[in-house]
Amino acid sequence: MNLSMKWLADYVKADVPIKEYCHALTMSGSKVECYETEGKEISNVVVGKILSVVPHENSDHLVVCQVEVGKDAPIQIVTGASNVNAGDIVPVALDGSTLPGGIKIKKGKLRGVESNGMLCSLGELGLDKRDFPYAIEDGIFIMQEECETGQDIQSAIGLNDTSVEFEITSNRPDCLSVTGLARETAATFDLPLNIPAPEFKGVDGDINELLKVDIHNAEKCKRYCAGIVKNVKIEPSPRWMRERLRASGVRPINNFVDITNYVMLEYGQPMHAFDLRYVEGAHINVRNAKNGEKIMTLDGVERELTEDMLVIADEKKPVAVAGVMGGEYSGIMDDTTTVVFESAYFEPTQVRRTSKALKLKSDASARYEKGVDPLISMICLKRAFQLVEELGAGEVLNTVIDCDHSDYKPSKVEFSADWINNFLGTDISEANMKEYLGRLGFTFEGDNVVAPSFRIDIECKADIAEEVARIYGYNNIPSTDFRGVARAEFTEEQKFIRTLRNAAVALGGYEIATYSFVSPKYFDKIKLPEDSKLRNAVKIVNPLGEDTSVMRTSIIPSVLDVLSFNYNNRNEKACLFEISKEYLPAAEEKPFINGNILANSGNEKHRYEYSLPDEPQRLTVGMYGGEADFYTLKGMIEQLLGELKISGYEYIRANDSGAFDEKYAFHPGRSAVIVRDGKALGIMGEIHPEVQETYGIGVKTYVAKLNIPELMEAAADKITYQPLPKFPATTRDLSIICDDETPVAELEKAIKGAVGKILEKVTLFDVYKGKQIESGKKSVSYSISMRSHDGTLTDEQADGAMKKALKALAAIGAELRS
Amino acid sequence: MKEQLKKIQAQAEQELSSCTDIKALDELRIKFLGKKGELTAILKQMGKLTPEERPVIGQLANQVRADIEEALATRMNFLKANAQEAKLKEETIDITLPGNYAPFGKLHPLTKVENEIREIFMGMGFEIADGPEIDDDYHVFEALNLPPDHPARDTQDTFYIEGTDETVLLRTQTSSVQVHVMENQKPPIRIISPGRVFRSDAVDATHSPLFHQIEGLVVDEGITMSDLKGTLEMLMKKLYGNECKLRFRPHHFPFTEPSCEVDISCFNCGGEGCSMCKDEGYIELLGAGMVHPKVLENCGIDPEKYSGFAFGLGLERMVMGRYDINDLRLLYENDVRFLDQF
Repeated sequence: MNLSMKWLADYVKADVPIKEYCHALTMSGSKVECYETEGKEISNVVVGKILSVVPHENSDHLVVCQVEVGKDAPIQIVTGASNVNAGDIVPVALDGSTLPGGIKIKKGKLRGVESNGMLCSLGELGLDKRDFPYAIEDGIFIMQEECETGQDIQSAIGLNDTSVEFEITSNRPDCLSVTGLARETAATFDLPLNIPAPEFKGVDGDINELLKVDIHNAEKCKRYCAGIVKNVKIEPSPRWMRERLRASGVRPINNFVDITNYVMLEYGQPMHAFDLRYVEGAHINVRNAKNGEKIMTLDGVERELTEDMLVIADEKKPVAVAGVMGGEYSGIMDDTTTVVFESAYFEPTQVRRTSKALKLKSDASARYEKGVDPLISMICLKRAFQLVEELGAGEVLNTVIDCDHSDYKPSKVEFSADWINNFLGTDISEANMKEYLGRLGFTFEGDNVVAPSFRIDIECKADIAEEVARIYGYNNIPSTDFRGVARAEFTEEQKFIRTLRNAAVALGGYEIATYSFVSPKYFDKIKLPEDSKLRNAVKIVNPLGEDTSVMRTSIIPSVLDVLSFNYNNRNEKACLFEISKEYLPAAEEKPFINGNILANSGNEKHRYEYSLPDEPQRLTVGMYGGEADFYTLKGMIEQLLGELKISGYEYIRANDSGAFDEKYAFHPGRSAVIVRDGKALGIMGEIHPEVQETYGIGVKTYVAKLNIPELMEAAADKITYQPLPKFPATTRDLSIICDDETPVAELEKAIKGAVGKILEKVTLFDVYKGKQIESGKKSVSYSISMRSHDGTLTDEQADGAMKKALKALAAIGAELRS
Repeated sequence: MKEQLKKIQAQAEQELSSCTDIKALDELRIKFLGKKGELTAILKQMGKLTPEERPVIGQLANQVRADIEEALATRMNFLKANAQEAKLKEETIDITLPGNYAPFGKLHPLTKVENEIREIFMGMGFEIADGPEIDDDYHVFEALNLPPDHPARDTQDTFYIEGTDETVLLRTQTSSVQVHVMENQKPPIRIISPGRVFRSDAVDATHSPLFHQIEGLVVDEGITMSDLKGTLEMLMKKLYGNECKLRFRPHHFPFTEPSCEVDISCFNCGGEGCSMCKDEGYIELLGAGMVHPKVLENCGIDPEKYSGFAFGLGLERMVMGRYDINDLRLLYENDVRFLDQF
């Protein structure tokens, strides 16, 4: 809402500097976004009178003018304009003046003749024909204003208003008007407010002979007031009205359209004016639209209506969408002779739904959908007529139609100063509270406070407390520490995630943050099979774009995107991790949506037919460059799992597991699924070369994903101390030859099984292929540490254990390297 | 014999003082004091001396041995110290070469600031509550006093989920967690809820369709607006230092009444007004208010008995303010050169 300070002054005299005004209104609840003083870009431009015009001696299109500018002597100005004549009153930019856009005017010579300034057009002053309809646009602005030579142009043409832009919250539609803001201004500064009741004289005549109004849906249209103006004269409205509309950000059109806008801006009541000629049957019907009924709205778009919309119709067709926009063909034309004014109350939800369904917003719908003052329809109709008479725009009939079905009851709320003070933590006297509320238009009835009709937002005690608080000043409310002891601790999950996150950082991971929604292209980019359940993603109906249109079912593409971004930004290496969610549509069998919540709220109406998706937490790690390879990643994962107290897991080839459909994104020979007790904890490995290429990463890339709920389940909840050994360990080294394809895990399993209880640790220290080793075979070397808690092991015991180990190894085709 | 002893002593002193090597010094020790050394050889001749001479020469011999031993020790210490010094000198390295321990990673700046805020609130007894990011209309809007057709819904451009008739959506505010908490827990309640929220805003330097909020909720008997102010002032003083000032402005949120927006004194000018704060002296920080009685009622809490306050702050804005980051997109691009700075 843009407020003209000149207009405001009609109702309340707030004689404070503009900055102070804006601050005070902001602090009392009407937030000022900014203010703008008109014409502030113009300086040293004055009213001048052309004394003479003579041709330029060296040019056939320039003329030389002597211009009286309120100084001792006239000044000489050369101009190329052809519309100036002696006696004309014109704007003159003097030497050293400034025009909108930062243009500076200096004296100089034009083809050898001195010119001491410039005569201005409308455009050069930042105006156009709508501001001064009598002027032409392609020539000097020949002024018809009452002014004196030498007078500043701003004051001469009324370009000196200040427009204040307010951000009005949706609960205060009353402040979408000059009178509403005048009330707030008066209450904020404790000033008298004077809004006179509008009156008009009218000419005798019975409106019922000219027009009939029927409301067919009194639920949605509670009041419809109509009046008629005959013998209208369609012309531009006077300068003061145009100026105020302009300062309010509304384009002047003609006197009748301007009057409807003026009254709307003044009172917040949308008005509509239409030509009686186009109301067929001279009969206005406020009714529901018919399905498929069409109307061309004022913006030139044909709209198809549905039966839940409300229209203003004549006997045959709709002439306006109620509360939203008028029809193109019923508006005021230059040859209109009889005008019908409408001032009505439409039910807010009705207007909002219609406006939303038609995707059509207007100044009228913006006010109606929030709720206009239910008692103001007739006052505003009278105000419009008062203006018609003031402008001499036509003859107003002195009878009006008022179809009134309103059931307005003032909002009454219990008033208790104690309750308010207890709620706010203040100590404001009852008298002061009543005085504040009185300034805002509230009245008192016994123990109740009664809200004025324009305050449709007042419903409960807390609302009254807010009114008191904002006039008292939020910043005058004391600050306290609230009482009571509270215990706070992290949940198990929060602790677990904290440990995981800190461990990932300690291991060199850089934490990243990625969007939860992604492009569905990732299904193919990570080679998900056609029938993968991960292709069933939660879709957004109205995404910003395809690239953010589905909720990810796998977090892996997110880290691949970030790896790709870094690679393409020429970052040599990256080791990244993220702890975030995947969004998995609920399985069909799942009963009701938000079942856990329903169970507690016990409220039937919260039931929907749709299940909320699962949002499991995941850890993802991604790396390339530097030392990154399969085993670096594996080492990092092992460190993480160790820190989380997870042990007893094993790695199986990703290909042999059905747990993760993302396995197709990995190199089949260099990827693993981590399994514990038959449950998959995560997947890790080298990214498939094709996927790597798809993501535009030119080096080998390694990614892991761990499922946090499964990790939590696998984590030991208790650490038990193991006594430190009393006896020394015995170590034996063992080099074994086996098939190249035999996983070392199998060798280790064999050794562990054979050595038994005394085995302390099996450490692999070498894997060798090549010279001296038969092709297709490899040599694997272990250091095997054995220890007993009962005494020092003898050589016989150790050698015996090694023999058993070799036997077990032989059983799987591995033998001692000779 | 006396002369011989004196000669040995003089010779030893001379040879020792010119010895520059620890090994050579040891050889000298053997030469003079060893079992086959010169001093021993002389002492072996003691038998030939008269009983009168013996104690005199014996004493002298002992004196000479002691003197040589001392000279040896002194020389040894001197040489060792020299050798040590030479070794240390030789081992000197360029201390300006880079360190090369396995690198520590970094927390994302969003996490860093969130952790800081969590800690402050936990210190005040606030627990941390989580809620679903994909939620239903009831929890995100209706229970928060935003019934269908409420005009304030326009200000939160909502992403809806396909196939749910606009009943399931991406939460536009963490306020939805208030409802979940109050449905499951009776007062006293003291929680914060950090998390992701989603709004249909195109990406630019200050907007992102996904961002983070931290919601706070306190419900108990006798909670006042003064308590709200005190809590937020405490938070900001801990985050930004004791000099920072807060300004409370009336505002409107459907789920709080009274509602306010809270501004913080400009980080740049401290409240004087500058270009950074558009001459306001203050920067908008967060929204807050007293929990609307209808919201309490919707969650089964008696508004006559209990009152509460709630607030919601934008994490991105706090992170950007804290580190002078001027483009929100950096937070979600995750360039390691950016991440490395925190």
